[in-house]
Amino acid sequence: MAKTVFSEVKSTPQFWGVMVVFAAFIGGAAMSILYIEHYGHIVTGMNNQIVWGLPHVFAIFLIVAASGALNVASIGSVFGKADYKPASRLSSVLALALLMGGLAALVLDLGRADRLIIAMTKYNFRSIFAWNVLLYTGFMGVVAVYLYTQMARGIPALWLRAAGTAAFIWRLALTTGTGSIFGWLVARSAYDAAIMAPLFIAMSFSFGLAMFMLVSTCTKRLTGQGFDDALRLRMARLLGVFAAVVLYFTAVQHLSNLYVAQHWAVVKFILLNGGIYTQLFWIGQVVLGGIVPMAILFHPTLATRTRPLMAAVLLVILGGFAQIYVIVVGGQAFPLEIFPGLEVSSSFFDGEINAYTPSIYEWSMGFGALALTFIITGVAMKFLRILPENNS
Amino acid sequence: MKLPLLKSKNDATDIGRRQFLKSGAAMVTVTLAPGVTVMAYGGAAAAQANPATRWGLLIDVNKCAKDCTACVSACSNENGWQDTGNPATDAQWIRKVELRNPQTGLEQSLAVMCQHCENPPCVDVCPTGASFKRPDGIVLVDKHICIGCRYCMMACPYKARSFIHEPVTDQKPHAPRGKGTVEGCTLCVHRVDEGQQPACVDACNTTGNGAMIFGDLNDPESEIAIQLATYASSAIRSDLGLNPGVRYQNL
Repeated sequence: MAKTVFSEVKSTPQFWGVMVVFAAFIGGAAMSILYIEHYGHIVTGMNNQIVWGLPHVFAIFLIVAASGALNVASIGSVFGKADYKPASRLSSVLALALLMGGLAALVLDLGRADRLIIAMTKYNFRSIFAWNVLLYTGFMGVVAVYLYTQMARGIPALWLRAAGTAAFIWRLALTTGTGSIFGWLVARSAYDAAIMAPLFIAMSFSFGLAMFMLVSTCTKRLTGQGFDDALRLRMARLLGVFAAVVLYFTAVQHLSNLYVAQHWAVVKFILLNGGIYTQLFWIGQVVLGGIVPMAILFHPTLATRTRPLMAAVLLVILGGFAQIYVIVVGGQAFPLEIFPGLEVSSSFFDGEINAYTPSIYEWSMGFGALALTFIITGVAMKFLRILPENNS
Repeated sequence: MKLPLLKSKNDATDIGRRQFLKSGAAMVTVTLAPGVTVMAYGGAAAAQANPATRWGLLIDVNKCAKDCTACVSACSNENGWQDTGNPATDAQWIRKVELRNPQTGLEQSLAVMCQHCENPPCVDVCPTGASFKRPDGIVLVDKHICIGCRYCMMACPYKARSFIHEPVTDQKPHAPRGKGTVEGCTLCVHRVDEGQQPACVDACNTTGNGAMIFGDLNDPESEIAIQLATYASSAIRSDLGLNPGVRYQNL
């Protein structure tokens, strides 16, 4: 196989134009964050019922996608598929950028974001949240080393494989941790299931690969540098498999709950009469985010063409957001069952389906986190040799 | 149920020396780990919380009248949280919950607040350790290290915690509050440390219906322990195995 030559992307007006747009989104997010910081979370749509809202949906999507984006590199260096190796640098960079974007949304939504240093210095090791802080920071370190072994000259292949294996194991642990944030919430009937961890791993495979395909295709359009169509087609088929796996775990998640009488109410809420959450589940996640993109990705000719392929990739991403929205917000919208079997009411919204309308500030934070991800990736591609110059 | 005796007979003679040593220990802890003992609640008193004690509440649901909110008003006055006209975001440390059994039609009303669990999920999930349980069983939030992540609110089975969504003014010196942090019932720890009862219990006894008893669950001589040993009682969501310090009769 011919040697791949990597280079920095060229400074085209289109490239910088896109970066300026991302910067504008980040500026908007910064203003939103300062506004929330000043007035408190009262200006958001979040409240004492829906305590985690849209910023968390974006944060979780990006964090989950981060570990999945690294899979492209893992397929090359851990599982020895040489065709994927030209894509491994972008895969690692995108994984780091997605994690940074996700963490930014997560920490800047804290009630006391100014106390971030406390989260770094005081650990309660019984908390999966605290473990996640270590898993996230550790992921950055492990992937940085992995990227170094990919980019430095004269690194023995064994080292590359060792770093890749470490990163792959770490990313599995990371997504297990993220899923367990919900899986270990014993009190909430929408969560409290061990399947949340493998479900999140499946989601990460799918969303991460979709984000990789989105970024690499857009970059190729902007800069002319990228990967050949054969590799893109292989990734498309793989994305179809991942989308199917997500649907499989989702089906098992809900079927298991259907078997348990005490969970009927919450399953009925998500699948049948939950209004926006039911719509987001069936239309957003299952049909538009699962079945339609699978039809395209497994299609003999559609998957080879850029536009249908990008439509499928975007649908997987939008379906991913819908899925996480249903998990995070839908799970809280369903009332806590403090007195199972009894009708409950109070001035504190006990027994009520909780309402949530995200404010413009939350949307702005979310898009700012996405923009931060893209700008970090773009700057990395500008100053580091991330993308192959040619595929000859 | 035979509960162990917790104090030896000659404890009284040692009390002076013991108090001196305890205050010394508390001082050392303050110096070594300020975040741990500069607790928003109790200070040195919290460091001296007696691990042999387990403070608890017993609420008789039959006596808790539907139209009575004496405990809620008392808690609000005592701790300085109030209705600001934003019900979705206002804090509620204690609330009256109305129950109706759809099978039998039985209607009941009861006060719900932090249940001060022996195995509190809020403490388990808190990443920084801001959610903590005192040795005497009172579950609190250390306002100095709460980062406002709200994971405790996700984890609490009782919806007992509130997030402070707006700047707060006119705080009570004994009940510090702060925008961007989480709070909940403290079992009036500032009063308990001074040998008094929580404000809700006082109010229930004076202007309410006498439905609440406060005391040491570990002291077999206490009224609460005697009541619990004599009459049937239950804990909310006892299936979760959290062993709450708040118990209910006739629920």
